[in-house]
Amino acid sequence: MNRRAFLNQFAYGMGGIALADLMTADGYAATDPLAPRAPHFPGKAKSVIFMFMEGGPSQMDLFDPKPGLQKWHGKPLPDSLTKDMQLAFIKKDAAVLASPRIFKPQGQSGIELSDYLPHLSTCADDLCLVRSIQSEAFNHHPAQLFLFTGSTQFGRPTMGAWSVYGLGSESKNLPGFVVLASGAGTSGGASNFSSGFLPSTYQGTLLRNSGDPILYLSNPPGVTAQAQRAALDALKDLNEEHFTQTGDQEINSRINAYELAYRMQTAGPELTDFSKESKETLDMYGVNDEATKQFGTNCLMARRLVERGTRYVLMMHASWDDHTNLNKKLKKNCDITDKPTAALIKDLKQRGLLDSTLIVWGGEFGRTPMQEVRDTRDDENAGRDHHPIAYSMWLAGGGIKPGTVVGKTDDLGFNIIEDKVPVHDLQATIMHCLGFDHTRLTYRYMGRDFRLTDVHGNVVKKMLA
Amino acid sequence: MRVLLFVGLSAGLAAQTTEVRALLQKRCLACHGPSQQMSGLRLDDREAGLKGGYSGPAILPGKSGESRLIERVLSTKEGFSMPPSGARLTAAEVETLKQWIDRGAEWPFASVAKANNAKLSHWAFQPVRRPTVPPGVHPVDALVRAKLSALSLPPSPEAAKPTLARRVSLDLRGIPPSPAEMREYLDDARPDAYERMVDRFLASPHFGEKWARHWLDLARYADSDGYEKDQPRPNAFRWRNWVIDAYNRDLPFDRFTIEQIAGDLLPGASTETRVATGFHRNTLINREAGVSRAEDRFEQTINRTNTISTTWLGLTAGCAQCHDHKYDPISQREYYQLFAFMNAIQEEDIEAPLPGELGPWLASRAGYLKERDALLAEYQISQLQLVWEERMRAAITKPGTNVEWDFALTSCTAMLDNAQAMLMTPADKRTEYQRERLLNYFVYNMGPDNNRDKELMAKIRTLREKMNALNGRTPQITLAHTVAEAPQPVKTTVAVRGDYKRPGIEVQPDTLAVLPPMGKAGPARLEFAKWLVSRDNPLTARVIMNRTWQEFFGRGLVRTSEDFGLQGEKPSHPELLDYLASEFIERGWSQKQMMRLIVTSATYKQSSQVRPDLVQRDPDNTLLARQSRLRLSAEGLRDSALAASGLLDERIGGPSIRPPQPPGVAELQYGNNKWRESTGADRYRRGLYIHFQRTAPYPQLMTFDAPESTVACSRRRTSNTPLQSLNLLNDPVFVEAAQALAYRVSGLPTDEARIAAAFETALNRPPSAREMSRLMRLRQEQSLLAVARVILNLDEFVTRE
Repeated sequence: MNRRAFLNQFAYGMGGIALADLMTADGYAATDPLAPRAPHFPGKAKSVIFMFMEGGPSQMDLFDPKPGLQKWHGKPLPDSLTKDMQLAFIKKDAAVLASPRIFKPQGQSGIELSDYLPHLSTCADDLCLVRSIQSEAFNHHPAQLFLFTGSTQFGRPTMGAWSVYGLGSESKNLPGFVVLASGAGTSGGASNFSSGFLPSTYQGTLLRNSGDPILYLSNPPGVTAQAQRAALDALKDLNEEHFTQTGDQEINSRINAYELAYRMQTAGPELTDFSKESKETLDMYGVNDEATKQFGTNCLMARRLVERGTRYVLMMHASWDDHTNLNKKLKKNCDITDKPTAALIKDLKQRGLLDSTLIVWGGEFGRTPMQEVRDTRDDENAGRDHHPIAYSMWLAGGGIKPGTVVGKTDDLGFNIIEDKVPVHDLQATIMHCLGFDHTRLTYRYMGRDFRLTDVHGNVVKKMLA
Repeated sequence: MRVLLFVGLSAGLAAQTTEVRALLQKRCLACHGPSQQMSGLRLDDREAGLKGGYSGPAILPGKSGESRLIERVLSTKEGFSMPPSGARLTAAEVETLKQWIDRGAEWPFASVAKANNAKLSHWAFQPVRRPTVPPGVHPVDALVRAKLSALSLPPSPEAAKPTLARRVSLDLRGIPPSPAEMREYLDDARPDAYERMVDRFLASPHFGEKWARHWLDLARYADSDGYEKDQPRPNAFRWRNWVIDAYNRDLPFDRFTIEQIAGDLLPGASTETRVATGFHRNTLINREAGVSRAEDRFEQTINRTNTISTTWLGLTAGCAQCHDHKYDPISQREYYQLFAFMNAIQEEDIEAPLPGELGPWLASRAGYLKERDALLAEYQISQLQLVWEERMRAAITKPGTNVEWDFALTSCTAMLDNAQAMLMTPADKRTEYQRERLLNYFVYNMGPDNNRDKELMAKIRTLREKMNALNGRTPQITLAHTVAEAPQPVKTTVAVRGDYKRPGIEVQPDTLAVLPPMGKAGPARLEFAKWLVSRDNPLTARVIMNRTWQEFFGRGLVRTSEDFGLQGEKPSHPELLDYLASEFIERGWSQKQMMRLIVTSATYKQSSQVRPDLVQRDPDNTLLARQSRLRLSAEGLRDSALAASGLLDERIGGPSIRPPQPPGVAELQYGNNKWRESTGADRYRRGLYIHFQRTAPYPQLMTFDAPESTVACSRRRTSNTPLQSLNLLNDPVFVEAAQALAYRVSGLPTDEARIAAAFETALNRPPSAREMSRLMRLRQEQSLLAVARVILNLDEFVTRE
């Protein structure tokens, strides 16, 4: 039995081993590493849009109302909450900071959301709000690595890379894993969309905000489309000539890669051309308003990518790291993101794409119920510190139970008291929605079978439709 | 009565022993028995059982109240209580265990033999056995062809001369031969013309550049710290210079090893041997404020241990960070014995002037200090610094008093290595180097009180500008990142479950029981380095020769060049591997001699044409009945394009460069470290000199599979993607190379001559008639530049045939 027959016979049930071997074989990339593949079982989600809110949005000002904070405002936390904690960064004697936000039940589901989120509030019945996410890292970069790779250490593949490695890409003309950035730079930078030790084919491609949307997509100055085609035709003929001499199939792969590159040169500009979008759509995303322009453009782009078969879109918005001036800065970020985010949910829904698209929204950790004051002379200065112990994220769409709340924190929002969802469980659940048993999507590296969830992770049934 | 009672008691004891045996068997031995020993604990053997696990003894005979076993079975704390799954032990069962311990813990099992023979007899742990090779035949060919003829497979014929010259030039120097070099070889009619060319390439200073890059992959070399701040390391190149030079002077590999692992501990350690220890300094550092220094240091030591294990031993020791290795004979305890060699490492930056730097620096020093001290005095820096230090010391001794200063201290300790120790050292006891560092930190980070004083800060900004200007016009000397041994012994413990916050039993530095013992006379790290390259070590010579082979054939004789353990692949040609390993040691660990041996074999010189008879039988070319076609590395592509176009800047060594890259790449990262584009000839330097910013690496490198530089990379993969095609077609670097190639031949009289020359310069062979006619057709439609672009994108150009 040759390798291809072997692979076909076992389809994908073998975990990644067969595929991994094929990728590294000398000169014999027998299959297209990005060809669409069936997962372990039919998944409800075909694509993922991960809306990563870098820095850690404040859950008790947005998603997890804590009237209990009023009683403790200005006082240190009760000892009973903190006695067993190994606190690295959190100062446990810092004073509690009550939230000035107003929460109201929304929609049929009655999920309570903050007055900073008027638009998202109209989508409450589509959300699965998880108020009990727990991370393991107190610092930005380790926590980001943990969220995306399942490990706080640099060098592992990210969730997007795992997804494309497992499922391939539906798009013939665009990358399978695309990254959209807005706001400032993130701590993780490229490590948030790296392929780690997976083949670089699976790393995220950054869709750039200025210049070429994809690096080196445009022809060099002075080279027309016609000239590029003529050059590629000659290149193809000469490479085919060389193939007849050497017989190496790798040459055919290279010919195909150049042809795909050429198609991307056409598909890229088509993707970023919004001229065929209705005014209604553009307004909905806030593409023409100064505040929402950048983020709204990215949200609309995310929808267009999903429509065109991109498997995994990572949106990175920085930064929600509000150590100071929380009220002001949080408002600003909500003004930027709330409207386009709601538009994305509604737009996917009206186009019948929400059922097959999983949206995940959240940061690498949340923020403390206590205040952080870096300038003792300014009352408006208060912010909140990093809080990985208990925070909120929401999901919507493909495979997720709409209009639900999972998990509960204590009266002060410090600890989880019900349905803890460690980040590895979140990852296992996302992979489940895509049709993967997270324990079986593995890749052998340095003598070990690695997976996104390391040696942890349980699918959270309560989150599933 | 007495007799009866005694019998009764003894029968009771026997019954209890049976009960304990059944209980241990049912609930404990799956994890703490013959097949695995979680946390080092084994309960089916008396000696092992009493010794306990990595957290210490579990059973203290006679003292159930102090025995961890009882504490664990009583606990309900998740992750701590035992057994970890299934029903809790009943009160009666716990009572049985208590009584058994209190009565002296008579062991309910016979002792068992410990050696696991399957693991110990694994091929890689056996001594290297030099095979006999028939005289008069190249030993490599003898050993490869023995296997081929057993399978009745003929080897492939020798590749054409131009192909050979291009192949060996790319493999030894990372750049194609120049037209002059091609002529010299093709015109040489002597029988040893090929060997002479090989010798010329081995003697070329570009040899060191090519092979240093291979070593840099293993050493996870980068020009920045990694993680959020990802601060640049402008002096990291000093170690890279050392590596290039070491390859060029063919520093024997044993010495090459010892200097990098323990060059600071050698008798007569010099600046250069200390520079070599920069190998250890390529680890990542997390300088994000608030990161635990202890944790980051632990992670660095883990990284150092794993890097050495992969690089020299070809073992995946890192698997034993959290538990005993599942497949290889490496216990968790032994892992921390290896860890202990690196645990006493202290980081130290030293002055390591390059040739020509020292004179001007010394000459300017007095004047510089005078001018600078005047500046500092003018702005009353020493007074301000005294107050600042006082507040910082208060934050160290009384944390929690003032949050702002707590934060200032956290930032300072993150950015400045050993900051707390320096602050706590009285000013007159600090070394000059410490004083300088603290002063420089203070001038640029003046603390919350000063930062609030707008008037003061305006002045300080002026001071900073003046200092920057002064530094800019003063000759500098290059620093080197090196290591030294801590003056006090450093205690190492097993980290239970790999968690640095859970210290287990103490261990001493030592190697693995499965391998020959090491000397103990000298400093531990130095003895370890010598042990790595001792004649008895069965791994190092094999691992290094395997990787050398891999670079010449695209795959190692052991395909999993990073893993020689039980999970790795077996060698395709075990005798050849052992021959090379023993010959390597015999030839005084000379890498150049071994490379010469390999590239002069008929096996290496074979044609790489795919053979229909082999496609089914040997698709991976394991049998070596032909050469392999290999896509060039990321750096190799850049270097070849620059070389073919004549743009390549051939200077060796020096600081890293920043070629043009599109805006937006560096800005994606929080640190937003400015990408100051290099100018002039620096733009055309080889790929290994490109500044590697860990969180925002130069795109072309990553697109073509360069490693991320976090852990040792033993073999790169080669992908084939449309982003690579876009990169080669449209990246200004490659477009510029195509322009230069077109320009280089534009003076020739006819298009035909121009195209032939461009083709031959890039591919080291003339075009065939069909190729010529196709390119002429393109020329009729398009410019000569279009032709040059096509040539630099040909599969043949990006491939080592």
